[in-house]
Amino acid sequence: MSKSKDVTIPDDIHGYSQVRLDVDLTSGEIKESTLSKEFCRDWIGGYGFAAKVLWDELKPGVDPLSPDNVFVYAQGPFPTTILPTSSKYGLFAKSPLTGMFGMAISSGSVGAQARRAGINMIVFKGKAPEPVYLVVDDDDRYLVPCKDIVWGKGCWETEEIIREEFQDQRLAVLSIGPAGERMSKMACITNDRNRQAGRTGMGAVMGSKNLKAIAFRGTKGTKVAHPVEFYKLAKKLIKVANGPATAKYRDQGTPAGILSYNKLGMFPINNMREGTWDKCESIVNGEVLNEEWIVKKVACSQCSIACDHLARIPKTHPDYPNLVASVDVELVYGYGTACGNADWPTIFKCITQCDDLGIDAISGGVTCAMACDLYEDGLITKDDLGYELPFGSTKNLVRFNEEMILGKGFPGEIFGDGSREAGRRLEEKGRKNASFYAMQIKGLELPAFDLHGMSSFAVGESVSIRGACHLRNGAYGLDAKGTFDRFGYDKPVERGKAIKGLEDVYALIDSYIICKFTRGIYENDAEMAKVFELVTGIPHTDETLLLRGDAIVTLSKCFNVRAGWTRDDDHPPERFFKQAHTRGPTKGVTLEEKGYQTLLSGYYKAREWDENTGIPTDETLKKLGLDFVIGKLEKSGGKK
Amino acid sequence: MATKKKVHSFIIVDPNLCTGCETCESVCSFVHDGEFQPINARIHRVRIEPVFNIALACQKCEDAPCIRACPEHALEKDPDTGSILIDDEKCNGCGFCIRGCDFGVISFHMETQKALICDLCETMKEEFIDPEVGKREPQCIAVCPKEAISLKDVEQIGEESRIDAVKRLFGEIIEDYESK
Repeated sequence: MSKSKDVTIPDDIHGYSQVRLDVDLTSGEIKESTLSKEFCRDWIGGYGFAAKVLWDELKPGVDPLSPDNVFVYAQGPFPTTILPTSSKYGLFAKSPLTGMFGMAISSGSVGAQARRAGINMIVFKGKAPEPVYLVVDDDDRYLVPCKDIVWGKGCWETEEIIREEFQDQRLAVLSIGPAGERMSKMACITNDRNRQAGRTGMGAVMGSKNLKAIAFRGTKGTKVAHPVEFYKLAKKLIKVANGPATAKYRDQGTPAGILSYNKLGMFPINNMREGTWDKCESIVNGEVLNEEWIVKKVACSQCSIACDHLARIPKTHPDYPNLVASVDVELVYGYGTACGNADWPTIFKCITQCDDLGIDAISGGVTCAMACDLYEDGLITKDDLGYELPFGSTKNLVRFNEEMILGKGFPGEIFGDGSREAGRRLEEKGRKNASFYAMQIKGLELPAFDLHGMSSFAVGESVSIRGACHLRNGAYGLDAKGTFDRFGYDKPVERGKAIKGLEDVYALIDSYIICKFTRGIYENDAEMAKVFELVTGIPHTDETLLLRGDAIVTLSKCFNVRAGWTRDDDHPPERFFKQAHTRGPTKGVTLEEKGYQTLLSGYYKAREWDENTGIPTDETLKKLGLDFVIGKLEKSGGKK
Repeated sequence: MATKKKVHSFIIVDPNLCTGCETCESVCSFVHDGEFQPINARIHRVRIEPVFNIALACQKCEDAPCIRACPEHALEKDPDTGSILIDDEKCNGCGFCIRGCDFGVISFHMETQKALICDLCETMKEEFIDPEVGKREPQCIAVCPKEAISLKDVEQIGEESRIDAVKRLFGEIIEDYESK
C-alpha cells in the first residue's frame, strides 16, 4: 500500500494559503506561522488539520470549558475556487457536550472570505479577560473588545452590527448568541444568518473563551496548480451538481426523504417512541412544506445546489407574521415530529430561536422532545414548568424552547445543557429513570433516524467520533437501501467494512472540506482525488487520500480513547433495545444487545482496531503513519 | 440616410432563479486573470437578506454616463457589441466612471487600478475558451448553475415582460380558455 510519504510534493503548492494564526486570547498576542507542505499533504485540511493539532497541542484531561481547551478554525485548499460547495470551514475543540473530539462544519461565505484574507487555520488558546471579537481584515488581525457593542446580542444582530461597523455587507461573520455566552453545552455558531456550525457545543467553547465572533474579509486571489484542466473539470462538476445526483437537495430539500423514511418506520416520532405517523403523510413532509411555505432557495458561496430552503409565514399570522426560517429535515424532525408537533409555524419559530439565540437545533429539538416525553409520563409536571407540555404543544413548545436556550427557569436549569445532562439532573432530584428519555450517544443528540429497525446504522451512528451523527459515515443508507438485513445481525465484518469505507471517504470530504451533498457528483473516488491534485498540485491518488481518511478517523478516535472512551460509549440509547414501536412496519421490533455487540466487533475488526476493546492497535497505528500515538493512549480522562 | 440602430445584448439576471452563489463573480476574475479573485470581477452579486439575490453587470446604457464622466476619454462604446471598452493606456484610475454608473457595476482591478466593465468576455484568456464552443463567450452564463444569467437585448426583455404582464393581468381568462 502506498503511503502519504511516497507522494512527492512539488516545489509550489496551491489552494492552501498555508497560513496558521495562533491567537493567545489571554495575552491578546496574535502570531503567524506557515503550515508546511508536508502537513498539508498528510492532513489535507479541515478535520485532518484539527485532528493533528488537537492531538498534539491539547493537554489530555482538560475541562472543555476551561482556558486550556484549544479551539481550532480550519479549512482546506478549495475555498474561493468554483469547485461546487468549496466555501466550507470547520470548528474543532474538545467538546463540552461529549467530553470527546468536538467538531462542527458550516459554509456560507466564511470559507471564501477567510481564504481571501489568507487564512488556512486559526488556533485559539487561553481566555480573553473581557468579551472580544477577532477581525481578520487581510493582513490586519486584531481583537476588538465588544462588551458594549455585541455581547448579549443574538447572532443575527451581531452579524448586522459588525457588518455595519465595516460598512461591508459581504464581511463574513461567525458568532455566538446568548446561549454560547452562557456556555450552554448545546451552543452553536451562526454565520450568514442561516448557516450553523451546530453540533457538539462549539459555541460554548467560544463563550468560555470570551470570544463572541470572528469577522473575515480579504483581497487575496487564489491560483490553482492546473488552471485549464481544473476549469474544465469544475464546469462539468457544476453541471452535474445541478443534475439528478443532487435533485432531492435542490427541489424539496432534505425533507424530501420524510415520506419514504416514514413508510419504513425510520422517521422519529414522539422522541422515538414511534417511527411512523399519519401526519407525516398529510402535513409534515417535503411536498407540503414546499408547496405551502417555501418562498426562496438560496446558496452558500460557490454552491451549485442551493439547498437552503427559506420558509415565510404570511403577514396575517397572529403569532409570527413575516417570520423567515431556514428549514431542513433535521429541524422538521427535532421541533416537529419528535415533539409530536405538526404545526409548521411553530417549527419555523423554534428554528429561528435556535439560529439567532445560538443553540444547535438538532440538540435543542431532541432535548425539547425529551421534555415532552417526560411530561407525558409524569416525570416533569405543570408545577415544574408553570404550563403544560405534552407532545403536540405549540405555543408552550416555543416558550419552553426559549427558556431552555436562555437558561431561564426550570427548562433552563434542567434542560439547558442538553438531554444527557437533563437526565442526570432530574435523577439527582429523584426522578428515576429520566436518562432513559435522553436520545443521545456520547452526549450528542440523535439526528432524524429511528434506529429500532436499523441494525447497520445503529453501529454507524454509535461509532461516530463526535457522538450520535449521520454525517460521519452515512451508514443509514445501508439500511434504507437494503444493502444488509436491517432487522438482522449477520455479516458483521462485511457491514463493518462498508461502514469503514464510507467513514474514510466522509473523513476526506470533511477535510477537503466540501459538502456531503456533492458526494454523488464525482464519477468515482479517483475523480474526487483528481480535483485535489488539479488545485493543489500534490499528486495524491484516491488510494493515498483514502488512507489519509483512515488515519484521520483513527487519530480522532485516539483523541477519544485518551479522553477516557470505552466500548460502552459506542452504544445507542436503551429505548431502541427495550421499547418497541406500537405501529407501522417496525411494530414490535427492537435492537438486540447480543446482535448489536457482534456488529460492533465486526466494525472494530474491519477498522483493524482491537476487536474487543475497540482501541486502535499499534500495528494499525504504524500502518497509518500514526507512530507518534503509540504508547500515549493511556486514559487521561475528561470524558463526561 | 438614417441607418437602423443596432440593438445590443447585455447580461441580465433573473432574481427568481439566482441563489446568490457567487460563482459568476469567481469565474469572471478567473477567466480574465487566471485567479479566483471576485474583487476583480465585472459582475457583482447582491444579496438583500434574507431572501433576495441577484447579480448585476454592465447594462450598456445609451449615452452611457460612465463615458461622459471619464475626464481622460478612456471609455468608448463598441458600435458592434455596445460594450463599453476601456483604453487601459488612458485610464488613470480616477474612478469618475464608477461614480457615474447608475447600476454600480464598474469596479477597479486590485493590481492594475484600471476600471473593469463587463465586455461579455471579449478579453478572457484564450486557454479558457471551451474547445467545443471555439470562441469567447460570457463565462458567467456558461457556469451559472441555475441558468439565471442570460444575454438579452431590450426588445427580448420587453417581449418577455409583456407576456408576463398579460399572464398576470389576464391569468383567469387564459385559464378559462385552456380549460375549455
